[in-house]
Amino acid sequence: MSKPQPTIELRTSPHIKSAPTVEQIMRNVVFALLPISAFAVYEFGISALALILTVTGSCLLTEHLFNRAGEKPNSLRDWSAAITGLLLALTLPPGFPLWMGVVAGFVAIALGKVLFGGLGFNVFNPALVGRAFVQAAFPVAITTWTPPLAPGRFLEFIPSTLTAPFMTPPSVAAWSHHAVDAFSGATPLGLWKFQGIVVSTSDLFTGMSAGSAGETSALLILVCGAYLAARRMMDWRIPAAMLGTAALTALAFRLFGGSHYPTPLFVLFSGGLMLGALFMATDMVASPLTPLGVWIYGAVMGFITVIIRYFGGLPEGVMYAILLGNALSPLIALITQPRVYGARRERSKP
Amino acid sequence: MKTTDTTIDFGTFWEGVWKENPVFVMMLGMCPTLAVTSSATNALVMGVSTAFVLVCSGALVSMLRYLIPKEVRIATYIVIIATFVTIVSYVLQAYAPEIYKVLGVFVDLIVVNCIILGRAEAYASKNSVLRSVVNAAGMGAGFTFALLCLGAVREILGSGTLFGVHLFSAHFQPWLVMVLPPGGFFVLGGWLLLFNWLKQRVASAGTLQEETARAQ
Repeated sequence: MSKPQPTIELRTSPHIKSAPTVEQIMRNVVFALLPISAFAVYEFGISALALILTVTGSCLLTEHLFNRAGEKPNSLRDWSAAITGLLLALTLPPGFPLWMGVVAGFVAIALGKVLFGGLGFNVFNPALVGRAFVQAAFPVAITTWTPPLAPGRFLEFIPSTLTAPFMTPPSVAAWSHHAVDAFSGATPLGLWKFQGIVVSTSDLFTGMSAGSAGETSALLILVCGAYLAARRMMDWRIPAAMLGTAALTALAFRLFGGSHYPTPLFVLFSGGLMLGALFMATDMVASPLTPLGVWIYGAVMGFITVIIRYFGGLPEGVMYAILLGNALSPLIALITQPRVYGARRERSKP
Repeated sequence: MKTTDTTIDFGTFWEGVWKENPVFVMMLGMCPTLAVTSSATNALVMGVSTAFVLVCSGALVSMLRYLIPKEVRIATYIVIIATFVTIVSYVLQAYAPEIYKVLGVFVDLIVVNCIILGRAEAYASKNSVLRSVVNAAGMGAGFTFALLCLGAVREILGSGTLFGVHLFSAHFQPWLVMVLPPGGFFVLGGWLLLFNWLKQRVASAGTLQEETARAQ
């Protein structure tokens, strides 16, 4: 018997092991969303926890049922349905009735994803499709806000959370006043738009304000987004373009339109702009992939967001801006195709 | 034009209800289907009105099929259809002014409903009067059935009622989107999905039975 010869394996470049798989990226997005979810639970109590669990469960169950009905392989392990559920829950008001959350999760997966052919084929961000549906179906419930950091939030549910299925949620105005004095029942954007009150930027930055479960703390969302961008699992150019354009548009209005327009910092840190720009606009399937295209895509969404906020009927416009951006993204990708190396552009004759 | 096939059987009628349902299979008449199905009552009135016009115009077109010159047949059909639509419109105004107000222009638009013109052109002008009437009745029933499917779901979810009768307790939460135009598209899509799925299942069950029969 001869001894096994030591071998040297020779390979030509490239020596990169492998690109991250879809599962790895999706798992990291879930990790990045966990701190935001935890902060939502800290800020709004067990109602937020119940909402996050219910909506995510609804998304996973819907995906599972459609897989079974269509006799397709189990696609729960790619974590994409979990991300949709988490993101959707984070964009809903913390006291949103759980049964409406189930409807939103079902619509997000069924209408936003499965009907288009599953992961990789969805035209729109599924979470926002679900939110747009419940916004149109239950316009009152989705604009009912509750105060942050209410005492006893870990012990009792917000009254509207446990509404029986298909029933109208009870009014939370009395509960809100009882929980926190002088709560006006509006988000910072609503306060600015309808009452002319501007919440301080530092409160918005740290998240001490009313709003959707996961949109309040700009700081936390930025940190979590930076983690993804640093690991190259998110295209940083899209949020950069979106936030930059929103800030520039707000600055232009402030400079030329008068001081009743809010400051660019207020526009950046209020409402769902941070969460939308970092976690929803960057949906890999629904965004254009060309280098120039992502800048245009982000800029369009940032601009539309500010225009809807200032001139639309609703105080917040991030959701519609991103859905419009998604709709435009194939067109943007088409007109910004890069030149193939070595190929010449056809020049028009002089 | 000579009529070849003169037999009338159940299929002549049933074709329009199921196999060639104007809404769920042929995807015709989408405009009233989406626009006036926000409640079951509206859907029923619209469906019955259309069915009436279908049957009457089918009968008249079939009667006159040897007299109408080919060159002006479309215009002639339109005039015939418009006559019956005017009758429906006046009857509704006289006896159900509330519903007439809700349906509004869509009653008059039955004139240009492509199901009716399509039946006149493709069926009534080539078949005997009785066959045309039976087929038109089937189409009318199929159209009414489809409209009722949409109207019932949209009314139950959108206002918690069916034909105006409250189904749930006073705390029912209406789904506003269902009575708005997008709701029409959602519900139509849902029904199409259901019917296509059912058809596929029936078809695959049929082939399975054939295969097992052959194997035995």
